[in-house]
Amino acid sequence: MTTRQHDASVYEQAQASERFQELKRRFRAWTFPMTAAFLAWYLLYVVLSGWARDFMGTKVLGNINVALIFGFLQFVSTFGIAWAYSRHMEKKIDPIADEIRHEIEGRTE
Amino acid sequence: MSSQTLSTILFLVFVAATLGITFWASRQTKTAADYYAGGRSFSGAQNGLAIGGDYMSAASFLGIAGIIALSGYDGFLYSIGFLVAWLVALLLVAELMRNSGKFTMADVLAFRMSPRPVRTAAGVSTIVVSIFYLLAQMVGAGALVTLLLGVTSETGKALTIVGVGVLMIIYVVVGGMKGTTWVQIVKAVLLMGGATLVTLLVLGKYGFNLSSLLGDAAAQSGKGEAFLKPGLKYGTEAQGLAGKLDLISLGLALVLGTAGLPHILIRFYTVPTAKDARKSVLWGIGIIGSFYLLTLVLGFGAAALVGSKAMDAAGNTAAPLLAQKIGQEIFGEVGGTILLAIIAAVAFATILAVVAGLTLASSSSFAHDLYAHVFKRGNVTDKEEVLVARVSAFVIGAFSIGLGILAQGQNVAFLVALAFAVAASGNLPAILYSLFWKDFNTAGATSAIYGGLVSALVLVIFSPVVSGGKTSLFPGADFAWFPLSNPGLLSIPIGFLAGWIGTKLSKEYNSAKYAEIEVRALTGVGAEKAAEH
Repeated sequence: MTTRQHDASVYEQAQASERFQELKRRFRAWTFPMTAAFLAWYLLYVVLSGWARDFMGTKVLGNINVALIFGFLQFVSTFGIAWAYSRHMEKKIDPIADEIRHEIEGRTE
Repeated sequence: MSSQTLSTILFLVFVAATLGITFWASRQTKTAADYYAGGRSFSGAQNGLAIGGDYMSAASFLGIAGIIALSGYDGFLYSIGFLVAWLVALLLVAELMRNSGKFTMADVLAFRMSPRPVRTAAGVSTIVVSIFYLLAQMVGAGALVTLLLGVTSETGKALTIVGVGVLMIIYVVVGGMKGTTWVQIVKAVLLMGGATLVTLLVLGKYGFNLSSLLGDAAAQSGKGEAFLKPGLKYGTEAQGLAGKLDLISLGLALVLGTAGLPHILIRFYTVPTAKDARKSVLWGIGIIGSFYLLTLVLGFGAAALVGSKAMDAAGNTAAPLLAQKIGQEIFGEVGGTILLAIIAAVAFATILAVVAGLTLASSSSFAHDLYAHVFKRGNVTDKEEVLVARVSAFVIGAFSIGLGILAQGQNVAFLVALAFAVAASGNLPAILYSLFWKDFNTAGATSAIYGGLVSALVLVIFSPVVSGGKTSLFPGADFAWFPLSNPGLLSIPIGFLAGWIGTKLSKEYNSAKYAEIEVRALTGVGAEKAAEH
C-alpha cells in the first residue's frame, strides 16, 4: 500500500526498461503534437476574430456566419479530441501501464 | 407572491438541502484524506458534475450571457477559451497529477524538489489566486442581490455578503471536500436544468430556428450584422493594435489558466484512480461545453427579447430577465414570476458552490503546504492538520467577507482575469515542467511561480484596469504604462522563461526522484488509494 518502502532503484530500473520507454513514447507522441495542434487551431480562431472580421462575418446559412461556425467547430474539436484521447489511453496506454504497475507493486509488497 | 419572495424561498430550500448534505458528509469526514479529498471515493461522473459546479461561476452564467446580450458574438470568445482550456487539463495534467500528488497542487512539485521553498511558493500562489477569485465572486454576490432581490441599501448588500460567506464557511469547515463536492453536484444539476429549460423555451419561440433567433437579436440590438461577428467588445477597431493584442492576451490566459487553478486541480484527487480522473474531465468537458452552448442561446435570446435598455450596464441581469420575459410570453404573468425566481435562486446557488470550492482550495493549501510541511516540517498528526485546515477555512472565509464588503461597488472583474493570468503564468509552467522535464529543480520551480505571479501582478497594476481610464479602479490617477488589460501575453512567457533560467542556474539534479515521479505519474504505481469506509 504505502510507497515509502519503495526503493528509488526500483523506479530507476522501471524507467530504464524498454516497456516503460515505449509507454512514455506512446504517451508523448500522441499528447504533445495534439496539444500543439489544438492550441494552434484555437489561436487561429482568436487571431481571425481579431484581424479577419469581415471574413468571420461572411454569412453561410441564413444569419449563421463563419464566426459562429468556426466557434461551433472549436466545440466539436474539443469534444472530438477528448474522446480520441480517452480511446488512445484505453487502447495504447492503460494495458502497458497496468502491467508495469502490477509488476512493480508485486515486487515490493 | 412576488418573484423576490419566491426566489428567496427556493434559495432557502437549496440552502436547507445542502446544509443537510453537509452535516451528513461531516459524519463521514474523519481523516485528512476525507477532509481534503472526500476520501477519494467519488465516481468519475460525480466528480465531472462537481467540476462543472466548481467551474461554472456566476461570471460564466450571468456574465457571459450578459456580454453576448450586450456585445453579441464576443461573449462566445470567452466561452470557447474556457472550454478548450479543459483539453490542457485532460491531456497533460489531470491523470499524471492524480497519480503523483496527494492533496494540493504543491504535492506534485514538492515530490522531487526541496519541499519547503517549493511548498511555500505554491502555497502563496494558491492562496493569492484563490482569494482574488473569491473576492470577485463575493462582490458579485452583492451586486446580484441588488439586481435580483431589489435590495439596494449598503447594509442589505453587506448582509448578503455576510450570509453568503457564513454559508460558504459552514460548507467547508463542516463538510470538507465531501460536503463541498455535493454542494457543487447539486448546483451543477440545477444550473444545467434551469439553463436548458429557458433555452428550450427561447428556441421554441423561434421554431427551433437558430438563424431567425440570431436575425432578431441583431435587429433588436440596433447594431445589425456587427452584432453577430467579433469586435464589439474585445479589441474594437477604435482600440487599435493594443486592443487586438489584448484579445490574444485574454485568449491565452483563458486557455492556459484553467489547468493551473488550484481549486480545479484539487478536484482530481477526489476520485479513486487516474482513470476516474480522466472520466471526470470527460464528463466535465461534456457538461461545461453544453452549458456554454446554452449560454449562447440565452445571450442572443436576451438581446432579442429583453433588449439592452432593460438590463443593467454590465448585462448581468440578461439571463434572469430573459427567463421572466419568456415565462410571461408562454405561461402568463405567474409563469414569468416563477421562472425569474428559479433562475435567481440558481444564480445564488452558483455563487455559493464556487466560493466554497475556492475557500477549500486555499485553506487546504495553507494547512497542508504551509502549516504542516513548512512550519512543522511534516511533524503533525492527521487530526491536527485537519483542525488547522478547518480553522484556516474559517479565517480565510471571514477575511474575504471583510474584503468583499470593503470592495463593494468597485469594478473587480479584473480580479478573475488576474487569477487566470497568475494561474497560467506561475502555476502551469511549474506543473508542466515538473511532470515532463527531467532537469527541472527547486530553483526552477520557485522562479517559475514567483516570476509568473509577480510579473502578472506588476503588469496589472500598471495597466489600464488600475489607472488611466474611465473604468479604471483609480480613474483619477494615471500610472499605466502597460497598454494591455490582460497581462497573459507577456507574463505567461515570463513564467516559462523564469522556470527555465532558474533551472539552468542551479546545479541541483536528482535523477532517482525524476525516475520515481515519471514512473508513478504514467503507471499509477503507489498512487494514493481511496479511503475505505
